[in-house]
Parts: sequence; C-alpha cells; structure tokens
Amino acid sequence: MDSAATHAWKIFDEVKPDMKPKEVMEEANRCLFCYDAPCMKACPTHIDVPLFIKKITTGNMKGSARIIMEANPVAATCARVCPTEELCEGACVLNDASLPIMIGDLQRHTMNWAMKNNPQLFEAGEQNGKRVAVIGAGPAGLSSARELARYGYQVTVFEKQAEAGGLDTYGIVPFRLPKHVALWEVEQIKKLGVSIQTNTEVGKDVSIQAVLDGFDAVILAIGMAHVPPLGIPGEELDGVFDAIQLIERVKSGHVTDRFSGKKAVVIGAGNTAIDAATCLKRLGAARVQIVYRRSEKEMTAYPFEYRFAKEEGIEFRWQTQPKRIEGDENGNVTSVVCAPIMLGEKDASGRRRPIEIDNAPFAINADIVVKAIGQMRDIPLIEAFDLAHDHGVVAVDPLTYQTSNPKVYAAGDVIFGNGKGEAMVVAAAEQGKKTAQAIHEQLLSKI
Amino acid sequence: MADLHIDFAGIKSKNPFWLASGPPTNTGYQVQRAFDAGWGGAVWKTLGDPVINVTSRFSGLNYGGQRVAGFNNIELITDRPLEVNLREIRETKRAYPDHAIIASLMVEPKQEKWHEIVKRVEDVGVDGLELNFGCPHGMAERRMGSASGQVPDLVEKQTYWTKEAAETPVIVKLTPNITDITATADAAVQGGADAISMINTINSLMGVDLDTWNTFPNIAGKGTHGGYSGPAVKPIALSMVAECATQPDIQVPISGIGGIENWQDAVEFMLMGASNVQVCTAAMHHGFRIVEDMIDGLTNYLDEKGLNSAMDLVGQSVSKYKKWGDLDLNHKRVARINQDYCIHCNKCHISCEDAAHQCIEFYTESDGTRALKVREEDCVGCNLCSIVCPADGAIEMIEQPSDVSMTWNERQRLISVFGG
Repeated sequence: MDSAATHAWKIFDEVKPDMKPKEVMEEANRCLFCYDAPCMKACPTHIDVPLFIKKITTGNMKGSARIIMEANPVAATCARVCPTEELCEGACVLNDASLPIMIGDLQRHTMNWAMKNNPQLFEAGEQNGKRVAVIGAGPAGLSSARELARYGYQVTVFEKQAEAGGLDTYGIVPFRLPKHVALWEVEQIKKLGVSIQTNTEVGKDVSIQAVLDGFDAVILAIGMAHVPPLGIPGEELDGVFDAIQLIERVKSGHVTDRFSGKKAVVIGAGNTAIDAATCLKRLGAARVQIVYRRSEKEMTAYPFEYRFAKEEGIEFRWQTQPKRIEGDENGNVTSVVCAPIMLGEKDASGRRRPIEIDNAPFAINADIVVKAIGQMRDIPLIEAFDLAHDHGVVAVDPLTYQTSNPKVYAAGDVIFGNGKGEAMVVAAAEQGKKTAQAIHEQLLSKI
Repeated sequence: MADLHIDFAGIKSKNPFWLASGPPTNTGYQVQRAFDAGWGGAVWKTLGDPVINVTSRFSGLNYGGQRVAGFNNIELITDRPLEVNLREIRETKRAYPDHAIIASLMVEPKQEKWHEIVKRVEDVGVDGLELNFGCPHGMAERRMGSASGQVPDLVEKQTYWTKEAAETPVIVKLTPNITDITATADAAVQGGADAISMINTINSLMGVDLDTWNTFPNIAGKGTHGGYSGPAVKPIALSMVAECATQPDIQVPISGIGGIENWQDAVEFMLMGASNVQVCTAAMHHGFRIVEDMIDGLTNYLDEKGLNSAMDLVGQSVSKYKKWGDLDLNHKRVARINQDYCIHCNKCHISCEDAAHQCIEFYTESDGTRALKVREEDCVGCNLCSIVCPADGAIEMIEQPSDVSMTWNERQRLISVFGG
C-alpha cells in the first residue's frame, strides 16, 4: 500500500484506544461484585458482569470470555457499539457514589484477549437430527444459529452478502467497529458446525419453498434494507447518497477521494446519520452538516454518538426540513433548499410534531447529500413467506417468536417496530438466543 | 500546638516516630536522610558478626490491585563490617545530636559476646540498645534471632548479660512466633529490660509462582520462609502490644511495631499502650517522606482532641481491652440501613444470607423500586453487613436498650453461688 492509501486506512482505525493493562486491573478491582447486580439486569443479554470482571482480576481470561459469550454471541461487537451508559454502565451502583465501572471497555479487553488467543469456549451439542434454516447472518441470525448448534441442531444460515455479520460487518463505521471483529464472531459460530452460505439470497438463489420444505424450522432474521426515498425533488441528482450504502462501501475498503474538500449535508439525526457524517469527515469532506426537522431533544442518536460527532466537527442544523435538492446543468448537487420548522404537540411517537413555516425557505450550499432517514423493510420477501406484518414489521408471538406461520420464527430488526424495544445489536443478539430457545422448546417433543 | 516529644525509657526523642531496624537503617547515609525527613529516631540495622546475604530477598503481597498489603523478607542482619557501622553511627550521632539512635544487636547466646558488643556500640554514642530476639529467618537456624527469642530462659539470660554491661537503656524486641508473647515479655522484664518492643516479623511463605512452581522470593529455584510485615500484620502486632500492656507484671514501656504506616496507626498503638512506634515496611514502600504526614496528622489530631502531649495518648484504651468473659452478654445492637446512602449493591444481603443470620431482606418501595431492610428481631448485631457495605453511612449499627449488664464471668459466679 502506498503512503496515501495507508493514511486513508489509518483514519479508519478504531477511535477509542484499548484499555491499558494497568487500567484494566485498576478498573476491574474497583468493581464491587454486587449481588443480583443491576448491570446484569440492564444488559439485554444478561451478561453476568460482576463475574466476568471478577475473572479478569484473577487472571482467568478464558473464564471471563466464556461468561460473556455464553450470554452474548456477538459480545466483541457489543463491547464497541452498545450504548453502555444507557444499559449496564447506566445501572452501575457506583454512578451516584463515584464513577460507574467501565464495563464496556472491560468487556472489550476480555474479548480482545479471546480474539487473540482463540480459546475453544463452546461445543456443538450432540446432533438431534433436526435442521433449522436461518435467513440473514446478522447479529440476530448468528446468535440464534450459535444457540441452536449448541442444542444439537444442524443449522444453515443463508446470507445474501459476500460476508456474514450483517450490520456488524457492513453497517457500523470501521473506526467504531472494525470489520475483523464481526468476522471473528462469525468464525466462532462456524466452529460449531454452522453452515453459513454467503452470496445466497433466499427467494432468488434458493426458493422459499425449498427453505420451508427442507428444514424443521426457519428463522427470518433479515434485518432492514436501504434508506427510503426522501420523496422530494432532486433526489436523482449526482451527489445524493444512501447512508447505509455509503458506510457499506467504506467498510468494504472502498476509500474514495470523491468527498475530499466537499460540502456535505446529511439528512436525519439517528446513529446511522452520525456514522455517515463522521465517515464523510474522515473521507476529507470540508464541511458536514446534519439537517434534522426536529430538535436536539428528539433526535434518536445516542448521547455518546452525538458527543463524538461534535468532537469530530460535525455541525447540526435543527428544525430544518429539506424541501428540494437543486443541481447545476450537469446534474450535480449544488444546494439543499430547506424550510424552517416549529414544533407542535406530541404525536403518536411521543415526539413533538414538526410544523413547517412555509414562507421562509433558505438554501444550504452542498455538493453532497446523504439520506439517513431510517431504513426500508424487505416487504416483498416477508410477503413471499406469506407472513402477517405491519408495514414490514413482522408480527411474532412475544414468547415464542413464532410468526403467523408456526414453522417460521423471526428475530432482530425485522420485528423491531415503533415502541417494541430498541434496534440495538445487543437486543438482536438476545432475540436470536430466545428464538433458539423457543424453537428448542417447540421441537423438543418431536425429537 | 501539641508537643510530640517523648521519653521512652529514658531515651528522648522529638517525636514518637522511629525507623525500625531493617533495610532503611542500613547505613549512615540512610539514617541521616531519615532524620532530615523528620524521623525522631532510628534503630540501626542489627549489628553482629558479619553475614553473607542472598539475592533476591523480598517479596510483596498484592491485594485487590494494591501493592504491598503484606511484605516478606529473608535478608539477614547487617552484612557490612562492624567497624564501618560503628564509624557511621558515631558520625551520624555527632551530626544529629537531637535524634535518637538505638543499636539493634544480635550475637550468639554467650555472656562474653553480649558484653563485648554492648561496650563497642556504647563507645560510639548510641542512645540505647535493642536486642533482636525476633528475626525468624536465617539467623534462627544459627540459634539466634527468634530461635533464642522463643525460649523465655534465653531471653531472660541474654537480657541479664546485656544489662550487666550496658549503661544505656535496653529494649528487648520480641518475636511474634510464639504462643504467648507475655511469657517472653515477662522473661525480658525479669532479665532487667528497660523496655520491650514488638513485633518482629512473622514466619511466612509469601507465595508460589503458578508458572514455575518456585516459591517467593526465589533464589536459584529455591526459597525459604521469611519474615512477614506490612499493613496485613498490624492487627496481630496491635493484639500483642495489648496483651503485654494489659499484663500487670509488665510495667516497662512498649515500643509498637508492625504494619504502622501513618499517624492513625501510630495513635492506635499508643492508645493500646505503646509509648512510641517503629516503622519499616511503609518506609520501604514509600520512602522516608511519609513521616511528614505522620507528624502533621498526629499534631492536628492531638490539637483537635485538646491534648497537650503525645504521651497523653499512651495506654488510654488499655482498660477497655478485656477478656471475653468480661463482656456484657446483655448488650444489644442491630444493623439499620439508611436508604438515603444505600447504593443497592446488595452485598449486605448476600453476606447476611450466606454467612450470617439471614435477616436482610428485599422489599418493594411504594414507587416500585426494590430495597433492603434488616429484620431487626433476628439481627445479632454481628457487624458483617456494615463491614462489607461499600457506601459510607448506608448501614449503621444501632445501640438497643438492654437489661442490666451481665458478663459471662458474673453469670458463672452467680450460678456457682445460687445454682443453675
């Protein structure tokens, strides 16, 4: 690699450094080893946090890794992307007395050890003769596959992308989650005999009927798809990008100078918007502005993401509604015309409703526009399976994770809808685990 | 401002803080640096017939990520020629006339050996002598140190021989490696000791290396037991000081040694009967500068307590330290949880549940949050919950009204008089 390319990659190194060994021991020893610990309850996968930390202090790193991964098959990823201040660290009893234990960083330390030493932590269960198909190799799919393999199922995972890992591999910026971390987790699951068939799209490369007929149960863990259209004029202009695709390309190693020196506008203020904005900055964009129709209070990005974006020099323009994208005679983006917004009463989502102020439009100069206003759902596939859904959110029994077709289960973002939990990697992992448990309970009687 | 001067069996010192005999008092250079830092006195590293030391010599016990909770050494007495030590003692005493220099001595249990060394060290102007009957390692195999300190007859006899020749006060330093320290303390007194000091180090094996299976410290693949010191031994030392201080036959001053590293430790030893304290491991861990806060902290403490002199502390807690049979069986206290300070770690619950009397239970507050409370009727007031509680003020031990005091001894007396 030449030096420019090396530099380009350097800027995508993990932003947050690993804890130093002494820091680790000091922090681990600070943990009170609470009984019935609130951190453990606050973790969606219920990692036994005090125990994995205790094991760090005794030098039992293999034990520490086992405790973590037992609860969470994608724990190396979660150690990097979890909103820990809202989960385990937010629940730490030391919050009021001094400072919470840096649980996420300690978990990362243990998982770094595991990635370096590759201990055999789990084994496949004795084969029970049942076959389960998992559609989608993201955190929910992988998590269910790992659990099922430990129960003794023969598991086949179908993944349309070239590599497994889903969002972890493709959708989170490399300076927060390097791709090799997600791929290591995939490897651990493969070691249990799970067959992961990449470049294989169900409905195209494999027929839905073949999946339904060939397996005793099917888990739909297809996550979400690309960003929906803005529905405003100018969307087709050259310079308009989809945030998910942008991050996907960067994560796959496509470092381009396309954005160097450019003025960029990112539309939306969720975590993906922040990922896209910070990515653009690293790719050399001169100015990156996040445009959001509501205010700071309503944005869905985590506080730590917001802090990070501000540190990276991202500008925020609140209560600003894009109305149209304008371009030059060559079809290149030149500006985004926006309307100011005032906030009205709370709407169904509990957030204040944006009301446009009609007569005061203004233009923001821009060469690049990135849409990050949420993700679409793969409704055609859901319907091809003939599953009940609400706008692409698959309906499941909250206990058994069974869809309207009792043979088909669903987990992860595909069942995440308004008010039904948070679209977090850690939540997907837990759903994957629970789905596997549910399948085991359902099929156990037939074994 | 309170006066820190002490008079220890006739040895004057501007404060009660002495360096104990050990690696920090090996040379004139070190002792002079210590005096410059503020130490009131120093017990010179034990003099005797020259020895040969090994490497390595020390090891530390870490606890919860903290270094040197305990410390172990297998270093012997001075390995420098006696003449060199004597010359440096003379120079140091001349340069620091207001500081106390005590010579620690260890020779074979022979009268002429003691007479000879006492004469030689007193010639260079020491303020006192301390007889090392304590070191448990190395020298004990040559029938010195703790080997002679464990035999009351030998303690008495050697003290007597020393006193025959000595013109300065004689302090006998006792070994803790004995069942009843008052036996050897008493022997020292019988031999004519002017004072006793305790404790020397405790027999210990610091650990075993999990990779090599060598013991710590390791000398070419071999190890040996060493003397244990540092914060971990303080309660043992304090108990031995207390045992001697509560013994009516032992009327000589006590120099407290063992795990002392700050003014608070020093105050505890003095309250328990020590007239001064000696420090070694803490100086090895942090350097001589720790004495600054010892002096400052003790001064402020005395001022706060309205005491004029450090000597006013000596022995104040002795009368409170009794036999178990003299404790009030009717006294009651119970634990109470203060919800304003509780951080909900639940450590009190699990300790009580698994290791005490199962009387700290969960309940749900009116707002739905879970909290803990003590079922006071079943609480025996053992203190365990308040010991494990990491949040200051969250668990208070509350005195309960109780019947007239009745000790076990009183109860047994009543039973013997009136029948059971």
